[in-house]
Amino acid sequence: MNGFFAMGGYAAYVWPAYAVFLLVLAADFLSPALRRRRILRELRARLARQARRQRAPAPGSLPSER
Amino acid sequence: MANWIPLWVHKLGSPPIFYRFAGAVRPWALALAALLGAVALYGGLVLAPQDRYQHDAYRIIFIHVPCAWMSLFIYGAMAVASFVALVWRVKLAEVVAMESAPIGAAFTFVTLVTGSLWGKPMWGTWWTWDARLTSELVLLFLYLGVIGLYHAFEDRRQGARAAAFLALIGIVNVPIVHFSVNWWNTLHQGSTVRILGPSKISGDMLWPLLTMMVATKCYYLASLCGRVRADLLELEGGKDWVRRIAEAEERA
Repeated sequence: MNGFFAMGGYAAYVWPAYAVFLLVLAADFLSPALRRRRILRELRARLARQARRQRAPAPGSLPSER
Repeated sequence: MANWIPLWVHKLGSPPIFYRFAGAVRPWALALAALLGAVALYGGLVLAPQDRYQHDAYRIIFIHVPCAWMSLFIYGAMAVASFVALVWRVKLAEVVAMESAPIGAAFTFVTLVTGSLWGKPMWGTWWTWDARLTSELVLLFLYLGVIGLYHAFEDRRQGARAAAFLALIGIVNVPIVHFSVNWWNTLHQGSTVRILGPSKISGDMLWPLLTMMVATKCYYLASLCGRVRADLLELEGGKDWVRRIAEAEERA
């Protein structure tokens, strides 16, 4: 098993290569999930603002508009 | 559009239908990528014998070469989607082209870094301005240019069209990368695996390589599905179907 990790003396080159491969792909795969959460959160906030505006008139509006 | 195109193609071009389709494809593509990737890693790191001259250092090939293939394959896919986006103004094609670019850039980056890590023990240098290495670096810059141009516009669709045009022009670099080892005298070795004619590699090294190639293709599909889904939600933020998804997720 130690021989496997030593990679015939080339461990310092082989393992970083595999680490970069896995880390870059993991980051690539996680980024859209984070983006999706942010997009939906912002959309819900926008929808909530719209709903509030429809229920109560804006504070700055004229009495005739109320 | 032409009558010979079946109806389901038109349907799949509709954002809500594609969103659901991509959501169904994604877990299968990811599972297949993980399974094949694990098999290929076991085959490449454990089962494959040592190389006579490069000993264990050659094992970088099992990620370096599939990533290099993907860097060219994704560029081709991005260029085809860009062409469709520019000619027929299909919104989905714009999204597919623009969301392919970061995945392609990731694979190109991994290709360059793993190549560098392989070059140091074998050639004695991390980097050399050889035709293959330089053209692959230009490929990375093309991907970054497409991503940057896309985000430089206030209007997303306008940015996508400008970036799609750049992606189409940049396709000239793909054959240059591929044939660079034949056209110029390079430090980088020539093709080992061939579609036409026998490959210059033994079978117990070849199968992990080809398995990893299929795994990276599946990974691209899975990653693309996730990215396109997120992008469609953003682009169609005002539509009812996106609103329903946002509300359903809040309740969950």
